[in-house]
Amino acid sequence: MSNYLLSINNLSVALPKGADRDFAIKDISLALKSGETVCVVGESGSGKSLTAKAIMGLLPAPHVRIAEGEIMFDGQDLVQVDYERLRQLRGSEISMIFQEPMTALNPVMTIGSQIDEIFRFHAEMSGNERRTKAVELLSDVNLPDPEQIVNAYAHELSGGQRQRAMIAMALALNPKILIADEPTTALDVTTQAQILNLIKEMQSLHNTGVLFITHDFGVVADIADRVAVMQEGKIVEAGTVDQVLNNPSHPYTRALIKAVPSLTPRAPRKKSDEKIISVKILNKTFGAGKSFFGFGKPSRIVKAVQDVSLDLFQGETLGIVGESGSGKSTLARCIIKLMDFDSGDVLLQGENISKLARAEMRPFRKKIQMVFQDPFASLNPRIKVGSIIAQGPIVQGTSKMLAEERAQELLSIVGLDSRAFDRYPHEFSGGQRQRIGIARALALNPEVLVADEPVSALDVSIQAQILKLLDDIRIKMNLSMVFITHDLRVAAQVCDRLVVMQYGKVVEVGTTLEMFENPQHQYTQELLSAVPGKAWKKESSNAKPIKK
Amino acid sequence: MDFWKRFSRNRSAVLGLAILILVLFMAAIAGVIYPNDPFSLAGKPLSGPGLNGFLLGSDSLGRDVASGIAHGAKTSLLIGLIATLAAVFIGIIFGAFAGYYGGRIDDVLMRITEVFQTIPSFVFAILLVAIMKPSIESIVIAITVVSWPGVARLVRAEFLSLKNREFVQACHTLGMSDVRIMLREILPNCLSPIIVIGSLMVATAILIESGLAFLGLGDPNIMSWGFQIGAGRTMLRSAWWVCTFPGVAILVTVLAINLVGEGLNDALNPRLRERQ
Repeated sequence: MSNYLLSINNLSVALPKGADRDFAIKDISLALKSGETVCVVGESGSGKSLTAKAIMGLLPAPHVRIAEGEIMFDGQDLVQVDYERLRQLRGSEISMIFQEPMTALNPVMTIGSQIDEIFRFHAEMSGNERRTKAVELLSDVNLPDPEQIVNAYAHELSGGQRQRAMIAMALALNPKILIADEPTTALDVTTQAQILNLIKEMQSLHNTGVLFITHDFGVVADIADRVAVMQEGKIVEAGTVDQVLNNPSHPYTRALIKAVPSLTPRAPRKKSDEKIISVKILNKTFGAGKSFFGFGKPSRIVKAVQDVSLDLFQGETLGIVGESGSGKSTLARCIIKLMDFDSGDVLLQGENISKLARAEMRPFRKKIQMVFQDPFASLNPRIKVGSIIAQGPIVQGTSKMLAEERAQELLSIVGLDSRAFDRYPHEFSGGQRQRIGIARALALNPEVLVADEPVSALDVSIQAQILKLLDDIRIKMNLSMVFITHDLRVAAQVCDRLVVMQYGKVVEVGTTLEMFENPQHQYTQELLSAVPGKAWKKESSNAKPIKK
Repeated sequence: MDFWKRFSRNRSAVLGLAILILVLFMAAIAGVIYPNDPFSLAGKPLSGPGLNGFLLGSDSLGRDVASGIAHGAKTSLLIGLIATLAAVFIGIIFGAFAGYYGGRIDDVLMRITEVFQTIPSFVFAILLVAIMKPSIESIVIAITVVSWPGVARLVRAEFLSLKNREFVQACHTLGMSDVRIMLREILPNCLSPIIVIGSLMVATAILIESGLAFLGLGDPNIMSWGFQIGAGRTMLRSAWWVCTFPGVAILVTVLAINLVGEGLNDALNPRLRERQ
């Protein structure tokens, strides 16, 4: 046991009475050596984040508490030690980085003074020394111009820079253990690749033990030495990456891995020549800042979509991919006329809908419908599911009875029980809500479905189900689809053609197959090479994950 | 019931509700227990509490204080309720349009709201009643005029945050009309804070009404707590009961309504729900 830096033995964490299960974590054991990366993988609600919090002593007491077990670190049981000792350990011996660096950093303190705090609490140093050390740390994590970033506030940095600053803070005192709780989930793929590299680099430099919590098997393939798979608070499988990823023994692990979309694009389908939508030189700018009474010019202008032209052919799925801020969601909202745009035209089946007023637009609405990203925000919490689905046809003039009949029918098409009709949205899980959202969009029998990141808020197994559902209904109802995603794995599985966007511009258009095999534009190449777990090819059973 | 369970977690809110029900009951049966006009002379002037058949004494003209309180409860609650409903109605319309449409409409509506907010509300109410001649209608109008801007601000803020939510966008893609989106989709989602602010506004309205009546700006034909205090204030030292009991009635009622409002806030505010 002694060669382990950290060992968790038979740990159970109890939840308050009335929660959906008694134990958040049940009887788990886990060990970490120095210089090693252990990944804890699982879907939401599997207890992986609570495991990290239990180690740091950050459980939301008194409701959630450790029921039994021990967390041995440095000969001490962290479950038993007093608060003072725990406080000493945090930051200096064990430190943590979080998912959302914007909320993990204090918005009213400069980055420098936040690093400074760590030294003040844990080490005896003069003010000047501390400052030099802070600058040093920031340059260690490859932040450009550390002298300036020391004096910057969190909002002045980009997401990737913020996460780098967090890592600098976490590593300030050379901790023996770094706990990373989904540190790259909120980041773009290219940034994610850089951060993962940085963590590896720092780890080899300081010989840190890294406990990495993630839901993404691609990331696991890239970074882990050993893996523990969690399901409903239990570790169902543990082993080396090679064993777990390429030779999973537990059915849950197998199901999870099977649900990860493959990077090999699916076979292209026969293309029709009929254009159902064409977008011509569309421009959309946002003006930020406004003067009194709206007079005068906006002070800052963001060009969200610039000169975008594209065509959607009958029956195809057109993917729009790009990183956050590339304008893909704005473009979708312009196509569906949720937003007015500055110039350009949108033709729906040859008719120009770009200049139509709201009332004139109404008959076109039923031809083009949208599925939204966040299944929790996209359904009105005060309206019953049946009415949510029936609303559309009623607005368009169908009788209430017919619309409700149709709603019942749609519920079964999207795979929900007919009892869902009289329930409120909060009674459903994320995946089920997304099904309701899809049913609502289908209620008008649209010809085009615009899906804005429809699966990015969902766990991989649910994601696979929703993608399958979308595929089924597309064939059944002969839909054409615009599919917006940041995830190239999903894009590979769903889209016939891809449009790559960067800074509001289209940089490359082509069939998915062409683009994956032979990307032309430099940005497309970057995106493709940044996809986590690229080297890990599942199904092709014996391929080993490449380790750096 | 779920709502009642959350509400009753706040003990003082339940107490407030009990008091409020008592006051309502008193107002309802005022005409039965004191069938005579509360302005009529009922006996010897300035009798102390319990003397000459007066439960809470009589004032300088021999009017029964207890009868005045019972009948005054009706006035206070009625004015408070009607004025609040009117203010909430106006506030919702202003706030909804300003928040939903934004831009120029928002600018215009909010500047109008600000004009009303810059004038001290009680002084404004006095001015309005004085211009319109004191009557129950003018008092209701005055209270409404000074209290709607708060609701408008609140509703605007709620609409601003809700109008960009995806479920509202989904309604746009279905081709729903603006009025329907505002009424059916957004408004039900901001009812909780409106109910809370409304309940607290009833208390404020009662206070304003009492203040106006105290200054002699109440409806001269309707008994009210503020009028009673105003009538008895010169004799505060010799006949303390004339002012004291109506004063206590105002205090207890306003306190009860505030407690209920607080309880509603605890029960309806989702962020506080988990606090337990």
